[in-house]
Amino acid sequence: MKKYIPRLAPVLLILILLLIWQAGVELFHVPLYVLPSPLQVIRALAEELPTLISHGGVTVAEALVGMAISLVLAVFLGIVMDCFPLVRQGLYPVLVVTQTVPMIVMAPILIIYMGFGAAPKILTVVLMCFFPVAVSFSDGLAQVDEEYVNLVRSYGAGRIQAYRLVKIPASVPPLLSGLKVAATYSISGAVVGEWIGATQGLGYYLLRVKNSYMLDRVFACVAVIILLSLGMNGLIRLYQYQAFPYMRRKANAQRF
Amino acid sequence: MKLRVEGLTFAYEQKKILDNLDFSVEEGAFVSILGPSGSGKSTILKLLTGVLKPEKGEILVDGQKIGGLSSQFAYMPQNDLLFPWKTILDNVCLYGEIHGSLKEMRREAREHLAEFGLAGYEDCYPSQLSGGMRQRAAFLRTALCRADILLLDEPFGALDVITRGEMQDWLLNMRKKLNRTVVLVTHDMDEAIYLSDRILILNQSPARIVDEIAIEERQRNREWLYGQGAMRREIYGRIMDYVDIK
Ligand SMILES: Nc1ncnc2c1ncn2[C@@H]1O[C@H](COP(=O)(O)OP(=O)(O)OP(=O)(O)O)[C@@H](O)[C@H]1O
Ligand SMILES: [Mg+2]
Repeated sequence: MKKYIPRLAPVLLILILLLIWQAGVELFHVPLYVLPSPLQVIRALAEELPTLISHGGVTVAEALVGMAISLVLAVFLGIVMDCFPLVRQGLYPVLVVTQTVPMIVMAPILIIYMGFGAAPKILTVVLMCFFPVAVSFSDGLAQVDEEYVNLVRSYGAGRIQAYRLVKIPASVPPLLSGLKVAATYSISGAVVGEWIGATQGLGYYLLRVKNSYMLDRVFACVAVIILLSLGMNGLIRLYQYQAFPYMRRKANAQRF
Repeated sequence: MKLRVEGLTFAYEQKKILDNLDFSVEEGAFVSILGPSGSGKSTILKLLTGVLKPEKGEILVDGQKIGGLSSQFAYMPQNDLLFPWKTILDNVCLYGEIHGSLKEMRREAREHLAEFGLAGYEDCYPSQLSGGMRQRAAFLRTALCRADILLLDEPFGALDVITRGEMQDWLLNMRKKLNRTVVLVTHDMDEAIYLSDRILILNQSPARIVDEIAIEERQRNREWLYGQGAMRREIYGRIMDYVDIK
């Protein structure tokens, strides 16, 4: 029982906060358009579930495609930067600068260029997710112990084989850390893209219910976004657990 | 195979590490290079494998000059350098994987697991093994290389005294079975005396071979080793002759 207490602690805290929230709203008769009570949110969630699922599906699809593109780009660019130090020196600071441009500014510009389809949303996801993945993978590659490379080279491996045998597998753990961060951002990224201009998706839904002052639905939608973001993070964890058994013990030691 | 090194010279940037190093190793011999820490022992092995390029000098195997990365050597680096993401069996078969003969090598490796004390551990990851077992796995990986000369860089350097002793006993036994030329690098005088036919004594910066000591004894055991006080004194004296007291 004792070992469950630390895990239950956050759940308990959230429950207590929800109770205070519920009591506060009822006690002071706070109107719905100012703050819905948790129970109202749950009711809205139940009523709107089919709608939320269909919009959520769109958002998840955009997030997944964006993640996949980020991953491919990050791995490709990571290897190029590792092969050619000059490219790394030139590109790395540029990557950092792109991260300082607020997404809420970028998204409308993307829509001007790319229209109202899925493309600008996916690109928003990519712009948010690419950076953590690329940086963690590229730092991972840079930190590979040169001795391992020397070893396989002395065994007769060429440069490409050295990447396949040593550098890429050694950079998988940092890559997965980056992917976990990116996965958590990916849903928010898609939502931001949809918020600016879309005809479907959770961001579009959020904007619509917000404009009608249906705050219970806004909160219900936010709850769905949180769950989906955690789900994306969990997906990467599950993959890590299944595909890389050698990391299991480490994963226990360091939980996020 | 017979190995010969002539006039090997090497510098890291400005710092000269090796200056005109000459030595040779007869076919089937077990030769130790003994020298203080930082004297350039690992550098010698890296030059032999071709991971580093010499400034000057030649490396000859059976009279043939070799340059660059060479398949004549099986190199065991200073740390075990097992791949944490590979199982022990796949770690041990690295040479086979590189040369496209993974299947055959797996079969061969399985036959040797028991004598390397690794039976039953083929599907474990390195993190699940003790330090001594990891060293044996690294040794098996080296022994499975299709190369005639083994280059061992302080293979037991990272182990505690007891495990180290066990591994030395084990290597002494394996010597006959291996039937290959071995160059062992170490800073442990007892290890060198216990295992080798010949000890090359290396002095410091820039390194040169200052003396050689041949050991004829065939029947070696710990008792024999503990009786080698005179040899230890001699070797120690030779090393100290060349250490500058600053
Ligand atoms: N990559 C490097 N760049 C610059 N200098 C180096 C490098 N590697 C080693 N050296 C220097 O070369 C010298 C010899 O190093 P080497 O690793 O060959 O020593 P060693 O005899 O193997 O020592 P140890 O017994 O501690 O392993 C050392 O003085 C070290 O400072
Ligand atoms: Mg060394």
